[in-house]
Amino acid sequence: MSRLEPRKVAMTLAAPVIAIVFAALVTALVLAATGDPVWSTVTTVWDYGSKPRVIALTLNQATTYYLSALAVAIGFRMNLFNIGVDGQYRLAAFAAAVVGTSVSLPKPLHLLVIVLTAMLVGAMWAGVAAVLKVSRGVSEVISTIMLNAIATSLIAFLLSKVATDVAGSNNRGTDPIPESGHFPGIPLIPGSPLDSFGFIIVAVLAGIAYSVVLGRTRFGFDLRATGRSESAAVASGVSVKRMVLLSMLLSGAVAGLVGMPQLLGASYTYSIDFPAGLGFTGIAIALLGRNNAVGMALSAVLFAFLDASSVILDINDISKEIVLIMQGTIVLSVVVAYELVRRYSIAAEQRRVSRELASQGSPEREEVAT
Amino acid sequence: MHLVHRLHRSPTEEGVAISTSSASPTADSRRDDQGSAAVELQGITKRFPGVVANRDINMAVRRGQVHAVVGENGAGKSTLMKILYGMQRPDEGSISIEGREVSFHSPSDAIDAGVGMVHQHFMLADNLTVLENVVLGREPSRAGMLDFGAARRRIKEISDSYGLDVEADRLVEELGVGDRQRVEILKVLYRGAKILILDEPTAVLVPQEVDELFDNLRELTGEGITVLFISHKLDEVLAVADEITVIRRGTTVATVRPADVTARQLAELMVGSELPTPETRESTVTDIPVLRVEALTVRSLEGRALLEGVSFTIHQGEVLGVAGVEGNGQAELVEAIMGMRQLAGGTVSLADEDLTAWPTRRRREAGVGYIPEDRHRHGLLLDAPLWENRILGHQTEPPNVKGPWIDRAGARADTERIVRDYDVRTPSIDVLAAALSGGNQQKLIVGREMSGSPKVLIASHPTRGVDVGAQAAIWDHIRTARREGLAVLLISADLDELIGLSDSIKVILRGRLVADVDPAEVTPEALGSAMTGADEKV
Repeated sequence: MSRLEPRKVAMTLAAPVIAIVFAALVTALVLAATGDPVWSTVTTVWDYGSKPRVIALTLNQATTYYLSALAVAIGFRMNLFNIGVDGQYRLAAFAAAVVGTSVSLPKPLHLLVIVLTAMLVGAMWAGVAAVLKVSRGVSEVISTIMLNAIATSLIAFLLSKVATDVAGSNNRGTDPIPESGHFPGIPLIPGSPLDSFGFIIVAVLAGIAYSVVLGRTRFGFDLRATGRSESAAVASGVSVKRMVLLSMLLSGAVAGLVGMPQLLGASYTYSIDFPAGLGFTGIAIALLGRNNAVGMALSAVLFAFLDASSVILDINDISKEIVLIMQGTIVLSVVVAYELVRRYSIAAEQRRVSRELASQGSPEREEVAT
Repeated sequence: MHLVHRLHRSPTEEGVAISTSSASPTADSRRDDQGSAAVELQGITKRFPGVVANRDINMAVRRGQVHAVVGENGAGKSTLMKILYGMQRPDEGSISIEGREVSFHSPSDAIDAGVGMVHQHFMLADNLTVLENVVLGREPSRAGMLDFGAARRRIKEISDSYGLDVEADRLVEELGVGDRQRVEILKVLYRGAKILILDEPTAVLVPQEVDELFDNLRELTGEGITVLFISHKLDEVLAVADEITVIRRGTTVATVRPADVTARQLAELMVGSELPTPETRESTVTDIPVLRVEALTVRSLEGRALLEGVSFTIHQGEVLGVAGVEGNGQAELVEAIMGMRQLAGGTVSLADEDLTAWPTRRRREAGVGYIPEDRHRHGLLLDAPLWENRILGHQTEPPNVKGPWIDRAGARADTERIVRDYDVRTPSIDVLAAALSGGNQQKLIVGREMSGSPKVLIASHPTRGVDVGAQAAIWDHIRTARREGLAVLLISADLDELIGLSDSIKVILRGRLVADVDPAEVTPEALGSAMTGADEKV
């Protein structure tokens, strides 16, 4: 985005705004249809969601969502559909938890080893899909879905080997990571009893790195070129196989970070109730945020807010699944809206170009005869 | 009664002036008795976002004649025919068929009114017979069962009465191009068409097949069928048409009789000015070899030879033209040289370096420029701004990059230079490539590939789909670079371009180089017959 023309900004914002408004309307209709008061539901959610503690919760959840969206977006920019972020981060978090408990190192080094382990395992798991695609032409959509299922079973199997009872519950998990491997929280939200994940800093840095690498480097250019037109990229000298391998590995490495805020900032153990399904939320957020670093951050906050504040709905006897309806409608309508806006803006651009060219110098009138 | 148009060139003017006199009675038409208008177009205007494809088109096509519509690529011929065939609706103007005003909403309306179209690219199912292809979509049935007997009789009847010589039970995949075209014509006639639109019917044919087609067309018109013949090949038009309408920049500029004009006058009507010529007679060829291809062989997945033992050398300052009917291995040759295709054998070397094992990027870095045949698929990122397209294919070279970083300022400044020097018509370098016209996209590609002084340029149809002005500019750029020592491999379907630009021409046929031709002596006709393999040496 080298030129911030108002017209372009408006075009960019049009689709998500349309989608969110549309989703809000659908949600309101559903609420009205089930006999729930629409307006008071909105105010209830808003009031609850703007409490400092819930804001901190929202931010923490958004940190996780954002990392997941980044991992998905790296694939999306190259037309690769990495559905396997889910399996990748869970396997990575499990491996990181095991490594974290079994080594004892000074503080920063311990943390570094855990995080690098997670990235490595995530990359490896994604790498399986990448190798299959490059060598045998297996669609990454199919292989990553399968790898998700395999990851679930693999973790269950390995967990049964290493797990112990988590103190004070019937939960089972890995031994807790010692204090030297904790990522300290930061009191980001004034008035909140809950600290924010320190990992939010890593998430922000990852977002910046994503933006810079894709937008400003040769590697990023090759990656985006491949996503826009594989045939043109090949003709320009991009080795598509190499790019598939690299981008899948990169996507998996970032996916490895998804479980880290939770593991290093809250649970310190990988147990059977470790959050699952974050990879799929990441897909939705990447779609809504248009694979843009800032857009995905805003989308992550929106999704996290809806999740965190939906808790109040159950208390008020409104089914909190209404939030899932809203999130689902947003994703569906944003895909449609982006395509509509894209077509419209290309047509508008063509019109504008010919208009500006015509006003620059109209072609000489020619003699016309029939 | 019909319109008569005379054409003369004014000696004082650069361009061509056309004087017309309407409604003067003459009796020289050989079919005056059936000279009423089968199709009449009045004031047809069609606008697309950003372009007026047709404006104020007026023409009358008389029954039982071959009426040619000629114009440059992009002059608006195809749009006009799509309007006539119901695929597009005009914004203004009226269409009359047999004196009745009609309004088509879809091709089926056009078919019902007796208008049929034979597309440039055949729409036949290879694994069906001629009969099945012809009835497809209009299957005759009796008591709910397919009745092929009636259809077979009908096809035989049509084939015999128009001399089409089509066998109903052959599989389409066994047929040659000329036969397929006759099947397409038969398909349209089977649906009751009395007015036949042929869109660039000769583009896929070799000269001998063109003659056969023209014989067929004469038989058709003899039986009262009206033929609208779209082309930009003037010799063919002059040979077959009874009347010719010239379209330039979306509007009809003249209707002439072939007897009254020469090919050159017709061309100047199409162009609207003195013709640019691709002539480059003064030789700049040196004896320093640049690109050397030896015994290049490429096979399809099934092991069929797509290229077999192709060898040639291009020297500094030399343009080597490759002539051939499309699909004889030209695309494979280009892709093999660019490293986009697996070789079954042979070597490619640049100067003294063997690049056979090099990936595409390294070849480009070594100084191989590439103007691809299909600019949308291989030459551009349509969704990206122009300055990013400047980087494409040169992602590792200054001024686009500094180390691993994209040099935005450098790339943008150089894009401005290309836009200026190559006359790319665009309001800014931030617009998307998709927003430019085809000619301007092509100029951008040419400018990009000429940047950084390449040693060799692989130019595949460099002026395809480009307007005349841009064509002349591209030729000029190639000529200038050649003078400075560029070696060019030129692949083109435009024989005039090949003959005019090349220092030597090789003919490719079924994956082999079968003949050497001296462009200084050869005529397009002789080259055309060499392309079909009619003789091995010219």
